[in-house]
Amino acid sequence: MKLLLKIWRQNGPQDKGKMVDYNVDGIEGDMSFLEMMDVLNSQLIEKGDEPVIFDHDCREGICGSCSMFINGEAHGPGRNVTTCQLHMRSFKDGETIFIEPWRAEAFPVIKDLMVDRSAFDRIIQAGGYVSVNTSGNTQDANSLPIPKEDADLAFDAATCIGCGACVATCKNASAMLFTSAKISQLSLLPQGQVEAKERVINMVNQMDLEGFGNCTNTGACEVECPKGISLDNIARMNREYLSATAKGKK
Amino acid sequence: MANQGLLGSTIARKFAMALSALFLIVFLLQHMSINMLSVFSADTFNEVSHFMGTFWLVQYVMQPILIFGVLLHFILGFILEYKNWSSRKVKYANYKGSANASWMSRNMIYTGAVILLFLGLHFYDFWIPEIAHKFVEGKDSFIENGVADSGYRFYHELRHKFDGDIVRMILYVVSFIFLGLHLNHGFESAFQSMGARSKKYTPIIKKLGTAYSILIPLGFIVIAVYHYVTQL
Repeated sequence: MKLLLKIWRQNGPQDKGKMVDYNVDGIEGDMSFLEMMDVLNSQLIEKGDEPVIFDHDCREGICGSCSMFINGEAHGPGRNVTTCQLHMRSFKDGETIFIEPWRAEAFPVIKDLMVDRSAFDRIIQAGGYVSVNTSGNTQDANSLPIPKEDADLAFDAATCIGCGACVATCKNASAMLFTSAKISQLSLLPQGQVEAKERVINMVNQMDLEGFGNCTNTGACEVECPKGISLDNIARMNREYLSATAKGKK
Repeated sequence: MANQGLLGSTIARKFAMALSALFLIVFLLQHMSINMLSVFSADTFNEVSHFMGTFWLVQYVMQPILIFGVLLHFILGFILEYKNWSSRKVKYANYKGSANASWMSRNMIYTGAVILLFLGLHFYDFWIPEIAHKFVEGKDSFIENGVADSGYRFYHELRHKFDGDIVRMILYVVSFIFLGLHLNHGFESAFQSMGARSKKYTPIIKKLGTAYSILIPLGFIVIAVYHYVTQL
């Protein structure tokens, strides 16, 4: 398979950056997208050129590191897959593929396709935790009765890997799907109830401070999310935020 | 961390957008219903219009709320859009919005802007003359009983505006199509913004929204076309 790749190259955060064309040959349909990038980088290194920098780690769809905007979509044309799970058989021989970094003011480009997603870490730090006693006398979580439906919903929300595809694909660069998943996974469980109101206000406020856009309910995030996180979480977060605000929580 | 206060946060602003949207949605239903009377009975249309134009609750309570609602909705809409635009200053070279979201949901600012422009024409046609008649010229619609300038002048005014004016008729029809596109996303979006979402009710809200976004603009289109065609 021969491909023409149009890849965003940017030397550093301050560099202006530009799209650069690369031709790659010998790509197999069974290769993952990242393996195709590895082939390209090997060719670049052999020629003495700078390889394309991109984030990757587990290469099995659970770490949330890989983050490429491929042919106009976050993680490319596949559904419920990360870039590392996208296979080259999804593309045709001779195809032109656009590869860009996540675009958002809150996700500044570090180099090439690598962006700084620490804004997500700061949202978590603002309240995405439960304060439990870890002194050794911690109550067994299984001793707390939790309705099956709530446990399932919390688990679904907890499958968010924080890759940022929701932000990247949203026309407004909104982080509501991520933030709402991280709020829901805790607020649906009894352990998360104690700090639920402070949590939702603090995490939403941090999300706004980071410079993410407003949600306009296009639903693009849900479609592109590799873990299929539902818009139900955003509605839950809206309810919780409005309720906490009405009760004057600070 | 301190609360961001009224309209300070993303969610509060979206809630205000949704609340004003739901008010405007209810307003559109009553506006279309009353206007539709003009197709069936000039007298009934005049009677109801007269009632709406003179009843204190409508004039001095609902009308100011409506004006506030319209202003809030479009000013906040532009503020939200500016914030959204500035959240991604470097745009994608290749962005396939149609792959994961409807055209209506992605273009609310444009359909909304067309509706705002239409409101200018609509106010020029009907609302400003009505306000001038009542509050500037100070004519008491209860006393006068002539045809064109009385408390029952509404039907005549409506007919007059569409008398042989194909440009006005087309502008109204096109604007109503944009209204339909705006409502198609806006209806269900308002519920989502307020957190009203459930497996049981959301599919019903979506169907209701689709029906509403077709029927209300269609009603307005029928009214405009009827008054143009019947005067040819």
